[in-house]
Amino acid sequence: MKIAVCIKAVPETDTRIRIAADGRSIERSDIKFIVSPYDEFALEEAIKLKESKGGSVTVIGLGGDEVPAILRDGLARGADDAVHVSSAGVATDDPLIVGKVLAAALKQLGPDLIFFGKHGVGGDNQQVHAVVAEKLGMPQVTVVTKLDVTDGKVRAEREIEGGIEVVEAPLPAIIGAQKGLNEPRYPKLQGIMQAKKKPLATKSVADLGLSADQVGDAAAGIRITGLSLPPARQAGRRIDGDAGQQVAELVNALQNEAKVI
Amino acid sequence: MVNTKHVDYMNLDSLFSTEELQVRDLARSFVEERILPVIEDCYEQGVYPSELIRPMGELGFYGCNLPEEYGCAGMNNIAYGLITQELERGDSGIRSFASVQSSLVMYPIFAFGSEEQKRKWLPALATGEKIGCFGLTEPDFGSNPSDMVTRAEHTKFGWKLNGAKMWITNGTVADVAVVWAKTGEDTRSIRGFLVEKGTKGYSAPEIKKKHSLRASITSELIFEDCEIPEENILPGVEGLRGPLSCLNQARYGIAWGAIGSAMATYTAALEYSLSRIQFGKPIASFQLQQKKLAEMITEISKAQLLAFHLGKLKDAGKVTPAQISMAKRNNVAMALNVAREARTILGANGISAEYPVMRHMNNLESVLTYEGTHDIHTLIIGAEVTGIQAFK
Ligand SMILES: Cc1cc2nc3c(=O)[nH]c(=O)nc-3n(C[C@H](O)[C@H](O)[C@H](O)COP(=O)(O)OP(=O)(O)OC[C@H]3O[C@@H](n4cnc5c(N)ncnc54)[C@H](O)[C@@H]3O)c2cc1C
Repeated sequence: MKIAVCIKAVPETDTRIRIAADGRSIERSDIKFIVSPYDEFALEEAIKLKESKGGSVTVIGLGGDEVPAILRDGLARGADDAVHVSSAGVATDDPLIVGKVLAAALKQLGPDLIFFGKHGVGGDNQQVHAVVAEKLGMPQVTVVTKLDVTDGKVRAEREIEGGIEVVEAPLPAIIGAQKGLNEPRYPKLQGIMQAKKKPLATKSVADLGLSADQVGDAAAGIRITGLSLPPARQAGRRIDGDAGQQVAELVNALQNEAKVI
Repeated sequence: MVNTKHVDYMNLDSLFSTEELQVRDLARSFVEERILPVIEDCYEQGVYPSELIRPMGELGFYGCNLPEEYGCAGMNNIAYGLITQELERGDSGIRSFASVQSSLVMYPIFAFGSEEQKRKWLPALATGEKIGCFGLTEPDFGSNPSDMVTRAEHTKFGWKLNGAKMWITNGTVADVAVVWAKTGEDTRSIRGFLVEKGTKGYSAPEIKKKHSLRASITSELIFEDCEIPEENILPGVEGLRGPLSCLNQARYGIAWGAIGSAMATYTAALEYSLSRIQFGKPIASFQLQQKKLAEMITEISKAQLLAFHLGKLKDAGKVTPAQISMAKRNNVAMALNVAREARTILGANGISAEYPVMRHMNNLESVLTYEGTHDIHTLIIGAEVTGIQAFK
């Protein structure tokens, strides 16, 4: 089975984000990029499937200089090869465009099964895998917490409000991985050494047969125009006194200051 | 806002390769996710987190600079250094375990062992399935191992070992002890033996009541007419060169490890100074505290550059023992000073197990002494520059 996993490089989750001078992007210079956490579940599931059923795993990442390192991480965990799709000339603000580019890259590859994380941490649009499914005409199941692949179809369990839904779909299909699907492994040192020797190809949008007017700024439906940080949180207040005084003051604060009871 | 976690003032990261950074980040995540949550309890209770022995082996942390054909990762010495750095950022006891396993047990078997010994032990030690220890120090001979009294006598069946070793990391739990003993009268007769757990006449009681390296097992090794088969002598080395070449490997790792410890205490102090308010301001805004932080990060940065350069020399096969001595001596003393300064910044909290500082500080007292005391390394540097040995 040929498996592809799309992984995204996102700022480390405890990074203190600073807004860049243009007011519409983040300051990237001192940020450390990691694999988006949900993509780790996607990657782990792909590698487990390969280990149990054979086949190959290709990791694909769209973006700039931050991408090769996370692809190497995927290779170290057990993927066989990697494709870096350069974001030069791609309007990455728009998930529709990102989906279009990834769909083109995936089409060249022709996988039986494609994994994504259920969403990319940071942007939180939750759209790219749906767009790719649409572009490739494949079924997609997302927020998946359990997966079986047999006889040319997937059987997935997905989290829904108050319960679990079981969904079946024929291959090729697209899966959006949710936390709980598996326990992602650490890469091993041996894996890191082997990853050095595994192929990592770089592709431009032109290599994918796409033109600037299809995926460039002019083609974008949306554009991020501004970013702002949430207001600084106010300092907490400590309530002193004996138990009776504390209760009285706490109730008073909840009723009259926070107005929650 | 400042990034307090990533201690890299001189942008050393720009000098590391992708794999080196991957290895560093792997070890860092492992320490944060698996070691830090349990280490204070282990320290307090005086136990090693034995459930982590195998996982660390499976990731390839033991003997990672030895070749792949023996189940190791074949990494370079920078990567090896970065692993010890991250492990010691967790706790010196964890790093000690890895140093002993890698540099003092796997290395001599690799460098001086027979092919059968290598095949038998290295893969199992690499995964952590088997544990090793290294017995050089004796109750009466620490800094001058050349006067050791442990003896191995050639017999019809192999060798008969008598004597005792003291302060041996992992002794009680080791499946194999690399023991150095004299086979004759003089230093040149020193040989290495692989003593297996369960050998008749061999026991390894634990040394209790330590105030330092509490999350590490330290033991005495006792040999009473202990019979060692002929195939368990390390064939490839005679004399003090055997144990000293192992110590060189381990000291190299310690030079990096100490940086990790200093990173941990510096980070704790920096974060604390930014959040602790006195006289209406974070204490980080007072010049006295800034001076401490400035000196700490300067010393850490110097130590990092020293370790990095040493690693490059080691990978090029050009490093000398006296250079390693300088790095071990400087970096461990640096880490201890950083820990002490950090402790003052934390005030009363500095002595609490809620923060890692005092644990690191206590641990470093052992690190200052083992693998050649600070004084002994001073004498090694002195001998190097003057040409005059001042040991005796
Ligand atoms: C926690 C822990 C774990 C250890 N693990 C191991 C292990 O796994 N394997 C192993 O073999 N050993 C191990 N050691 C032992 C360690 O290597 C020795 O403690 C060390 O070599 C010093 O020896 P000593 O304690 O006998 O001190 P001594 O040699 O008695 O030294 C005492 C003092 O005298 C000074 N001194 C000695 N000689 C001179 C001199 N010529 N000139 C000036 N000053 C001098 C020393 O610097 C020191 O300050 C461990 C020790 C500790 C604390």
